[in-house]
Amino acid sequence: MSANNPTVAVTGLNATDNPGPGITVIRALRLDPTFKGRIVGLAYDTLDPGIYAKDLVDDIYLLPYPSHGIDALWERLSYIHSQIPLDVIIPTLDAELPSFMALEDRLSDLGIGTFMCTKDQYDLRSKVSLAQMGENSDIPVPRTKVVSDINSLYKVHEDVPYPFWVKGLYYGAELARSVDDAVAAFHRTVAKWGVPVIIQESILGEELDVVAVGDGKGGLVGAVPMRKTYITDKGKGWAGVAIKDPKLLEITRQFVAHLKWRGPCEVEVMKDQKGGYHLLEINPRFPAWSFLSAGAGMNLPAAVVALALGKEVAPMTTFEAGTMFVRISIDQIARLEDFQVMASNGEAHWGETDHE
Amino acid sequence: MEIPEKMKDLAVSETGFVFDPYTGASFNTNAVGYAILEALRSGKGRRDIRSHLEDEFEVGEADVDRDIDEFIFLLKDSGVLPPSFNLEDL
Repeated sequence: MSANNPTVAVTGLNATDNPGPGITVIRALRLDPTFKGRIVGLAYDTLDPGIYAKDLVDDIYLLPYPSHGIDALWERLSYIHSQIPLDVIIPTLDAELPSFMALEDRLSDLGIGTFMCTKDQYDLRSKVSLAQMGENSDIPVPRTKVVSDINSLYKVHEDVPYPFWVKGLYYGAELARSVDDAVAAFHRTVAKWGVPVIIQESILGEELDVVAVGDGKGGLVGAVPMRKTYITDKGKGWAGVAIKDPKLLEITRQFVAHLKWRGPCEVEVMKDQKGGYHLLEINPRFPAWSFLSAGAGMNLPAAVVALALGKEVAPMTTFEAGTMFVRISIDQIARLEDFQVMASNGEAHWGETDHE
Repeated sequence: MEIPEKMKDLAVSETGFVFDPYTGASFNTNAVGYAILEALRSGKGRRDIRSHLEDEFEVGEADVDRDIDEFIFLLKDSGVLPPSFNLEDL
């Protein structure tokens, strides 16, 4: 590896209508004019769309699902590293982060850099702990209760009035307007994500998001706030615009300083109709719209690669407000032999491709 | 009272397209709205704005004042100007 040609592995290539962040991160790296490195895509399924994006990824390896445990992941990463020495890994999925965090030191011993949050930070910003974290850091968070059994659910409206959101530990949110709604949503959520379930006050307003990177010492490496301008039926932003809302940046700074956050994150905020800001969630990884940061002139994925390589990155403060992203679905053509290689070998090497 | 920083930071094109970089909101305005907006952004008070509009457009004094007030109401309603903004204070 020379200074500008590291080999970077990126996960989260499931670019569906609820896309993983891998492709957006890779596109941001490719947009960096100084990046001449190699991209290794790490996928979980042979039909993850990013596998077949040959203009973006040089090599692909399948990973074992997080449910297979840390040893299986370690074995696989060791194998990949023996084939293609990795300089950096950027994990981008919530469910896999605990495994990568547990392997951080061992990866470092192999010479593989990462720049992600710590286990403590991961836990303190979780949906279960968010309300407490908000109280401690003076950031308004909607009224929240954590519920593990159905009896508690019947009383929860005394603390969090209807309507409220019933949220899974990792994913999913259903709006409950009555006890019947709440009970049904509780059972559905538990069936998918287990207990506890998070009950969060419903705030009407406009959802705003920030992609940010913390330096791990309490400082902000950079942040780009975004307002969703087109939202899918799953509540995902299909289009958005970079904005320079100072209050959003202040909330992000407060959170990053309070937890000494290290690595990328997405801060989700609701701006109510009276102009109040409420912290809804903090996702401990890049969001699926991170390419906007690069497009707006603040390439946060490139910054994370530099930090993972141990380089100093000066705080980034400027980006072009008004830069928009408008997502597109495209039909990629994959050859049968490409799919066959992935299905049979669990890896593929697309070879030298002109990424300019 | 001074024109808020936010007004100065608006992205305004000659076609009347306006983008608020703080909220991400955008809207279109007609030629009269564009003229009022640019006059406000340059710190002009009511008398100067009125005079400018009378020179540029064939309108009577009463219409001009109504246009100015309506447009300022819209700017307040969309959050571009604070509710406390008063043109007479400029």
